[in-house]
Amino acid sequence: MTTKYEALTGAEAAALAMKQINPDVVAVYPITPQTPIVMKFSEYVANGEVDTEMVRVESEHSAMSATVGAAGAGARAMTATAANGLALMWEIVYIAASTRLPIVMGLVNRALSGPINIHCDHSDSMGARDSGWIQIYSENAQEVYDNYFMALRIAEHKDVLLPVMVCQDGFITSHSVENVLPLEDAQVKKFIGKKNFKGLLTSEKPYTIGPLDLQDYYMEHKMQQHDAMKHVIPVIEKIQKEYAETFDRKYEIIEEYRTDDADMVIVGMSSVMGTVKDVIDMMREEGIKVGAVKPRLFRPFPAEKIKNVLSKFKAIIILDRSDSFGSFPPLYGEILASFFAAEKKPYIKSFIHGLGGRDTNVEMIKEVISELQKLRDTGESNFTIDYLGVR
Amino acid sequence: MAVILKNEINKQVPLNGGHRMCPGCPVPVIVKQVLMSTDHPKIVANATGCLEVATTIYPYTSWNVPWIHNAFENAGATISGVVAAYEAMKRSGELPEKNKDAKFIAFGGDGGTYDIGLQSLSGALERGHNFLYVCYDNEGYMNTGIQRSSATPIGANTTTTPVGKKSWGKTQPRKDLLSIVAAHHIPYAASVAPHDYNDSMAKSKKAIEVNGPSFLVYFSPCIPGWKIASDVSFELSKIAVQTCFWPLVEIENGEWSLTGDSKRIAEGKKEKLPIEDFLKTQGRFKHLFKPKLQEDVLKIIQNDIDKSWNFYKKMAGYTD
Repeated sequence: MTTKYEALTGAEAAALAMKQINPDVVAVYPITPQTPIVMKFSEYVANGEVDTEMVRVESEHSAMSATVGAAGAGARAMTATAANGLALMWEIVYIAASTRLPIVMGLVNRALSGPINIHCDHSDSMGARDSGWIQIYSENAQEVYDNYFMALRIAEHKDVLLPVMVCQDGFITSHSVENVLPLEDAQVKKFIGKKNFKGLLTSEKPYTIGPLDLQDYYMEHKMQQHDAMKHVIPVIEKIQKEYAETFDRKYEIIEEYRTDDADMVIVGMSSVMGTVKDVIDMMREEGIKVGAVKPRLFRPFPAEKIKNVLSKFKAIIILDRSDSFGSFPPLYGEILASFFAAEKKPYIKSFIHGLGGRDTNVEMIKEVISELQKLRDTGESNFTIDYLGVR
Repeated sequence: MAVILKNEINKQVPLNGGHRMCPGCPVPVIVKQVLMSTDHPKIVANATGCLEVATTIYPYTSWNVPWIHNAFENAGATISGVVAAYEAMKRSGELPEKNKDAKFIAFGGDGGTYDIGLQSLSGALERGHNFLYVCYDNEGYMNTGIQRSSATPIGANTTTTPVGKKSWGKTQPRKDLLSIVAAHHIPYAASVAPHDYNDSMAKSKKAIEVNGPSFLVYFSPCIPGWKIASDVSFELSKIAVQTCFWPLVEIENGEWSLTGDSKRIAEGKKEKLPIEDFLKTQGRFKHLFKPKLQEDVLKIIQNDIDKSWNFYKKMAGYTD
């Protein structure tokens, strides 16, 4: 295995992973902050470093449409987008999932207008949480890189056959340079293996893809999608285990950080958890027993696991990087639901943070921890939702 | 190319009977004219619309060729992805031998082509994928209940341009899609009328076999939408050409020409009939004749037809 670190941004790590996957078709349209993925991948194409047929479409709607056409024909097909781009392809995002096409899409999380803002939050992918896609959230460039290979295996698994979004935080991850330990091309090739799904438009027998499906069969097809999602968690566990054994890189669906003796934790996803871990290290120096819990998977939501992990603590604060106006922020809402039938429930509170790229800094996380202590000791702010770091 | 129907009917049809298209609808005939014009293997993408919903009600399908429907406005982008997949798999050696010289055809109605799918079509034409796009133009959103589209002709009564005390139907002329497509400078584009088998199949064959993107816009009467009997589609197709409502145009590598009866009319070998002969055959224009003759409106429509006919004649190199 290679032991040489490379200095890569999250976007470059994504492009490198795509290069090593060497997909048949990539159909993309540029949008900030996804553009460095497209640009880097275009260089690979221009230099003959991949065999990919690249389709530079005229919109994200067409990017997802062409990706669906390519995957339907039997190609390993990929794309990447962000925010408004995801919103524009929305209709076809649903069609990709319900047609059971194993597409992998890089999503560089960005605030979904308006007002227009090009920086990070999770309002784009959270809106697509009911689209039938698997959603994996990455904390840093290394995770982005590793997630791509696992995502491909998950998507193409015969019990799954669903598209996967590999999410990373816009600018914070996509444009920051970090040390990334890449794999060798041959290792990737061996791990991802050959395609094992059918090329429906290249088959000897003519298939009809995307027929009109009315009252008499539609629900049966939806139930198959529902069931396919149920297969995802065991499949991910198996693939993560294989990844760890092969490359000595261990990933869990829910990552715990310094939770062994903790009585309270911060729960959140993606890049903010890097800051959270640093602040936890600082607090630990002062003897405060705080830990962190990071779900890497949001769809399907690992409800049973999250309940088991979080029921160990007296208090938890959930950081959501998007709002669900008039309801519970997405991660908070899912966790509340996961606990409904539990006998032992921690105190729980929600903070919405980092919208439109607002920096969630060390001071803010310290404030969260002091809120956590109050919550643990008094339970007063149980079930409340607040914005973090607003004037 | 002369079409010998006796030979054609012995071939396996790409689209089986038993589908739910309206009796008398010319679209299944159009599909067969296009797909049977060449013996290459064919892969079809279909925009949402009558053809798609009426031929693939799950668990049935009428299609004997590989077929994909994605959504309404993206047949151009969808077929782009299919073509790209074939290119990539040809290189990687994964493509089954019989599919190596497959041809790619997208079908869409006028709503899915002139309107909501125009961007997707334009993008695919500009990128130069090797495919044929066929628009079956029934001049409105017929599948959703006869609403106006930008292909609806001036004066037509539709459910979103209903005739009323202050309305004589749609007030704007049609969009000239053929010229828009031609402006992409693709190798082949043509307008087609299905009654003229020889012209239709010759154009289809050229369009499919040309290297690069190609385009056909097909005149396609709609039985319920135009309020016509189910046995007059082909007769109407003929009258549409003879009144110059639907000129038969061919654009090969930038060279414009007229074909069939349009050529004969331009060369003075056939009479150009007045537009009334076309309008009076259809219920959607009934209000122009009854309860009273709308001479002013008919004049507007005739002027519009003459203008577009003169444009095509000029493009094809005819001088008055």
